Order: sequence, then structure tokens, then C-alpha cells
Amino acid sequence: MPPTNSDESRDLAFQEAIDADRTVEPRDWMPERYRSTMVRQIAQHAHSEIIGMQPEGNWITRAPSLRRKAILLAKVQDEAGHGLYLYAAAETLGVERRELTELLITGRQKYSSIFNYPTLTWADVGAIGWLVDGAAITNQLALTKTSYGPYARAMVRICREESFHQRQGFELLSELSRGTAAQHEMAQDAVNRWWWPALMMFGPPDTESPNTAQSMAWKIKRVSNDDLRQRFVDMTVPQAQALALDLPDPQLRWNDARDHYDFGPIDWEEFRQVVSGHGACNAQRIAVRRAADEDGAWVREAARAWEGRQSSRTSAA
Amino acid sequence: MGGPAEQPDFRSVSHAEDWPLWEVFLRGRRGLSHQHVGSLHAPDPELALQNARDLYTRRGEGVSIWVVRSTEVHASDPDDQGPLFDPPSDKAYRHPTFYSVPEDLQL
Repeated sequence: MPPTNSDESRDLAFQEAIDADRTVEPRDWMPERYRSTMVRQIAQHAHSEIIGMQPEGNWITRAPSLRRKAILLAKVQDEAGHGLYLYAAAETLGVERRELTELLITGRQKYSSIFNYPTLTWADVGAIGWLVDGAAITNQLALTKTSYGPYARAMVRICREESFHQRQGFELLSELSRGTAAQHEMAQDAVNRWWWPALMMFGPPDTESPNTAQSMAWKIKRVSNDDLRQRFVDMTVPQAQALALDLPDPQLRWNDARDHYDFGPIDWEEFRQVVSGHGACNAQRIAVRRAADEDGAWVREAARAWEGRQSSRTSAA
Repeated sequence: MGGPAEQPDFRSVSHAEDWPLWEVFLRGRRGLSHQHVGSLHAPDPELALQNARDLYTRRGEGVSIWVVRSTEVHASDPDDQGPLFDPPSDKAYRHPTFYSVPEDLQL
């Protein structure tokens, strides 16, 4: 349909409402591109939480103590909850849960590429909590002020729950770092492997992020990729020092003139490879999610059938 | 799992197995009313309550849960915002500040 005057005036009124910091709620009129951008972003965020259970879930049965096991179980359960909050937020835009799951397991919608890296040692659980959750929190704190109400509210809830995720990772690494030489080495190795992928979590540089301008205008995004990345680096360097662990970047140093840490170039070719499906675990992550979906199908069907029988009995009585 | 069936068609099975959507309301503590906190899928009221417990009260966020089928919620139309909710500036007498009373009295 060609745009009409009334479409244009609605677009204009929508932008004015956004500029005045009015939150967009589910039943409000919104431009189709706003809706589709929002659906894609929230769904991919939800998929990331759900797929994100796998790398750490991998270590639940091998946690070194009951305390660590209970913590890890609680964290992975939180990730499931976060995925569900986000799917529910996406559903307020008129998509169905089933549709989103299907888009994920058929590879038509993406999730954060960080979860395509393997968790090789127990220290990876610490590095993920400290670096990956740290990066996620930096990103998500900015999103608590995103323009779409249900997404912003999900972010508030998620941020509140996630601060423990980062702390448990920090504490875990701290214990390893101060442990035996082998434990320290294991912690350092995990940090070496997770640092750069964590920096990539903020997405491509602003100069190569074509959707940023529109997302900023709609206040879907409140802070740019590069600014968030810088914020994360500045916050993390002193934490690494406290852990007595090195960040694997020889160019990392404080820049007085910028009032920020400078850091070395990111290997965006690696990022592109992992995003396009060539990471170490892409196929495995999707296969596991698909198997869970297929193996659970009979439970979902049986629960529905039970409900059908109960309600027909009630109406017959 | 069954035999080597062809690739499952998720769309065709989806509607049979999809669970309906429920809205979840929590009473944060005694003395407060229930407040909407989000939604979830469940096949029946009993499982909706159990899922709501697992999803929304993992950290002592509530002492009571209501679940309501989303299709049972009737909402006002956002386009009626003006007629329904614009502040009635001609009815200032509905507010206590409209009235002048002696300043030295507790009223």
C-alpha cells in the first residue's frame, strides 16, 4: 500500500510521542518497521537467554561443590526465566511463542554469538558470569529505558536478577585465581578465551551498524554499540586487577586525554564467521534446543488433552 | 523417539499442542493488592499457578498469585484515551485544593 498522508501524520505523531519520552504500549498504533524491529530484537534476546543455558548447564553435574552446584542451578534457572519474560514481551506484539521457537530451531532467527563458544573448563563458568553476564548487564541496563514498555519492564526484572550472576562468576574466578598454580592458570586461560568474544557482544562498530540510527531515533537503543563497549571495558579493567588476572590485550591502557581505556582492534572476521554459523558450537546448540522441543512435545500434548478432558467433565456435570 | 519420520511440520502440530496465554498477578506482601507482573503459557489453571510460582516468585516477590486467561481480559481502546482519561479541567472542585479554608486549622 502506498503511504498516504494519514500514514505520514501517524508516523510523525509516533515520533513526537517517542521524542517526548512516551512509552509505547502493546495496543498503541506503531509503524510496521518499529513493530518488526522490536519483535526481532526481543525474540533474539529471548533466544539468547534460552540457548545461553547450554554452555553453563554443561557444568552442572560437574560443579566442584554442593554450594557451587546450587548457585549454578539457580543461575541457569534464571536464564530460562529471562527467556520466558522476553518471549512474553514479544508476544504482546502479536507473534506466537510457537512461531518464535520455530524460527530459532530452523536457524531463521539468531541468538547472541557468544553462546557458540564451548565451555572447556570449570573456570569458564566463572568467566561467563563475570565477563559475559557483565557485558549483558551493561547492555541491558541501557535497555531498561527502551521505548517499548513490555521490553523495558522485562529488562528491569532481568537486571535485578542478574547482578548475582556476575558476582558469582567474579567470586568463582577470584577463588581459582588465588588457588593453586594450576587453578590460577585455568582461570587465566578462561579469561583469555572469553575476553574478546565478550567485547563482540555489543555488536559491530557504530560505523558499520546500519540499523543504529533508526533504533536510536525510536529510542529502542539508547546507547550505541561502541559507547556500551567502552563502558564495559572501563568497568572491567579494575575488576581484572582485583582478580589478579590479565586481560589478553597488549594495547589495553588508560588514556588520560580520552578519560577511558584504549583497547586493541577486535577481530570482526571471527565475529562474522561465528554469526554466520561457523562457530565451534552453532550446530550443537540448535540440535540440543530442537531435541528438547521434540522430546517435550508429548508432554505439551498430554497436558492439553488432560485439560480438555477435565473441562468437558466440568461442563457435563 | 519414533522411527525415521520425515521432518516434523511444526506449524501443523502447533495449534494442537500450544498452551493458552495467562496473565499473572502477584500480591507482593499482605496489605497490598495484586499487581500485574507478566504472562505465561500453561494448559490449565493449576499448572498456570505452578508456572507462575516458578517464573515470578523465585526470590520471595509474592505471597499470593492470581492467574487469568488472557482472552478473558477486556481492555479499553487506546484511541479512547482522550475522552476517557483527559483531566477534566472544568471539574477542579473534585480536588481539595479547590477550596479555601482557614490556614491555621487542621482540615
